[in-house]
Order: sequence, then C-alpha cells, then structure tokens
Amino acid sequence: MNTATSPRSAFWRGARDCGPFVLVVAPFGALFGVVGTEAGLNIAQVMGFSVVVIAGAAQFTALQLMLDQAPTLVVLLSAIAVNLRMAMYSASLAAYLGDAPLWKRALLAYMNVDQTYAISVLEYERRPEMTIAERVGYFFGSCVPVLPVWYVATLAGALLGQSIPSNWGLEFAVPIAFLALVAPALRTMAHIAAAGASILLAIAFVGLPYNLGLLPAGIGAMIVGAEVERRMGPR
Amino acid sequence: MTGWSNLEIWGIIIALGVATYAIRFSFLGLIGDRQLPDWLLRHLRYTPVAILPALVTPAILWPDATGGQISAAHILAACATMAAGYWRKNAVVGAVAGMATFVILRGLV
Repeated sequence: MNTATSPRSAFWRGARDCGPFVLVVAPFGALFGVVGTEAGLNIAQVMGFSVVVIAGAAQFTALQLMLDQAPTLVVLLSAIAVNLRMAMYSASLAAYLGDAPLWKRALLAYMNVDQTYAISVLEYERRPEMTIAERVGYFFGSCVPVLPVWYVATLAGALLGQSIPSNWGLEFAVPIAFLALVAPALRTMAHIAAAGASILLAIAFVGLPYNLGLLPAGIGAMIVGAEVERRMGPR
Repeated sequence: MTGWSNLEIWGIIIALGVATYAIRFSFLGLIGDRQLPDWLLRHLRYTPVAILPALVTPAILWPDATGGQISAAHILAACATMAAGYWRKNAVVGAVAGMATFVILRGLV
C-alpha cells in the first residue's frame, strides 16, 4: 500500500476504492427509476428526485407514502426522518474536513451519501497523516463511481419502467427494496432489536390515519436500539 | 401519479432536496468540528433500521393488491428478502431473492 503523495493521487485512489459500490448504486438507482415510473411519476420527476434529493431510501419513502395518499407533511417529515442519519455523517466528516474552504464543504455536503461517507471516513481513520487537500481530493474521487452512476442508472430504469406494463405487480418492489436495504444493516443485537421494535410498533399503530404511526414507531424503535446498545456496550 | 398534481410533486422534490441538503451541510458547513453528545449519536445510528421496517410493514401484511387481505406470497417474499440480504450482506441479492420468490409464488397461487 503506497502512501498518498498529492490530492490528485488521493482523488484517483478514492475513485478506485469506491469502485465496487457501482454494483450497489447502479441496480438501486435503476430500481428507483423503474418503480418511480410504475408509480406514475414522469421521467423529469423521477430524475428530479435522484438529482435534487439524491438519497435512495428517502426517495422510496416519499414514493411509498405518496402511493398511500398520505398528507404532504407526513410525506416530507417521514422522508426527512430517514435522512437524519446524515447529520451523523456530517458531524463525523467535519472532524476531518472542517478546515476546507467553504465552497468545497458546500459541494462535499451535496455528495455526502452513504457510500462516499463510509469509504472516506475509513480512509481518514486509516491514514491520519493525510493533508486536508488530500482528504478533499479523496472524497471527490470517491464520488466518481457513485453520483454519475446514480443519475444514469435512474434514467435507464425510468426509460425501462415506461415500457413495462403496469400490471406486473412491481409496486411490491418498493417494500422489497427497503427490506433488502435493512437486512445487511443488521450488524448487531441493537440493530436487530431496533428493526424488530419497528415492525411491532408499526403493527400497533396501524389504525392511525394518514400513516401518522410511522414517526412514533420509528422514534420508539430508535430508542430501543440505543437502549440495547447502552446496555450491551457499543458494537 | 394519482392524487398528486405536477406542482405538488415538484414541491415535494424541492422541499425534500433542500431539507436533505441542510442535514448534510449542517455540521460540515456551519457548526464545524464539534462532537455531538453520545446519547444523540446513539439514537441517530439506528434511524434507517428503525424507520424503514415500520414504513413497509403495512404494505407487506395488508397489501393493496389483495384489497388488504393477508397474503402468503407477500409475507414469504419479505422473509426471503430479509434472509438472503442478511446471509449475503448484500441488498441487491436480497431484492432479487425477494422479487423472484414473489413472482414464483404469485404464479403458483
């Protein structure tokens, strides 16, 4: 393993290290494209979600709740709640990138998604000697296999979705996509407890109108996860 | 999309985009290198696994496609997704296993 010598080499190292995520991002983007058009969004709207929001889980959340005819406020609050984890990413990146120029941090913030965050923070922890310019270079590099792929895959999925008859039962792909996201994330007892509590609380609150049960169920499950972690010790 | 005008849909896209950007920018852009309290980090760590299962549980147990009747195909497909995704630690494998199970079971019934 050679050490970083310049922001440029750090950029390409980031691009290479994040490369395998293409296999995650491309199918997931395509899935949103297909499911979004099947749900009745036009191509511009589907692309609007992927370019402006650029957060798959939140996009699927909004889509599911719009299909459920939930009120706008519930759609927004629920999708925003799904993205709250990114406050944690932002705080964690600030420790490494807080001294970068504001315009670079503003750009980094747009690109702060699950994959680029995870790969970059691992690298920063592994190489504490990196300069701030190298860290910024590495982060931008990690975006290369993620962001353009996300846009193009969404577009490909949307074009494909238009040619798929709407009676294929593909609306069930939305909940399936969510479960598929959750399953690999069940790394500890605390994660499993949070997911289990989430299901039970959702069933308990199912009678509430306008999907209002989602937020209390989610918050309750977060408390369960945090409490299990506190009792068992982290990880 | 049924029930939503073009303007309403773009309103949701823009509002969600602005809010998401604000979350991503928050500490990096404004607050800087300051530690969040441990108790808050401990809760934020579980947002995805706490919210996503609650979001989809009703759609799996009482699907619209069956008029809200419990359906073996939907439940077994959900179980297959979780099992494959957990076993292979891979979301795409989970989604493919789940949809394959669903399509096969629905073909049988």
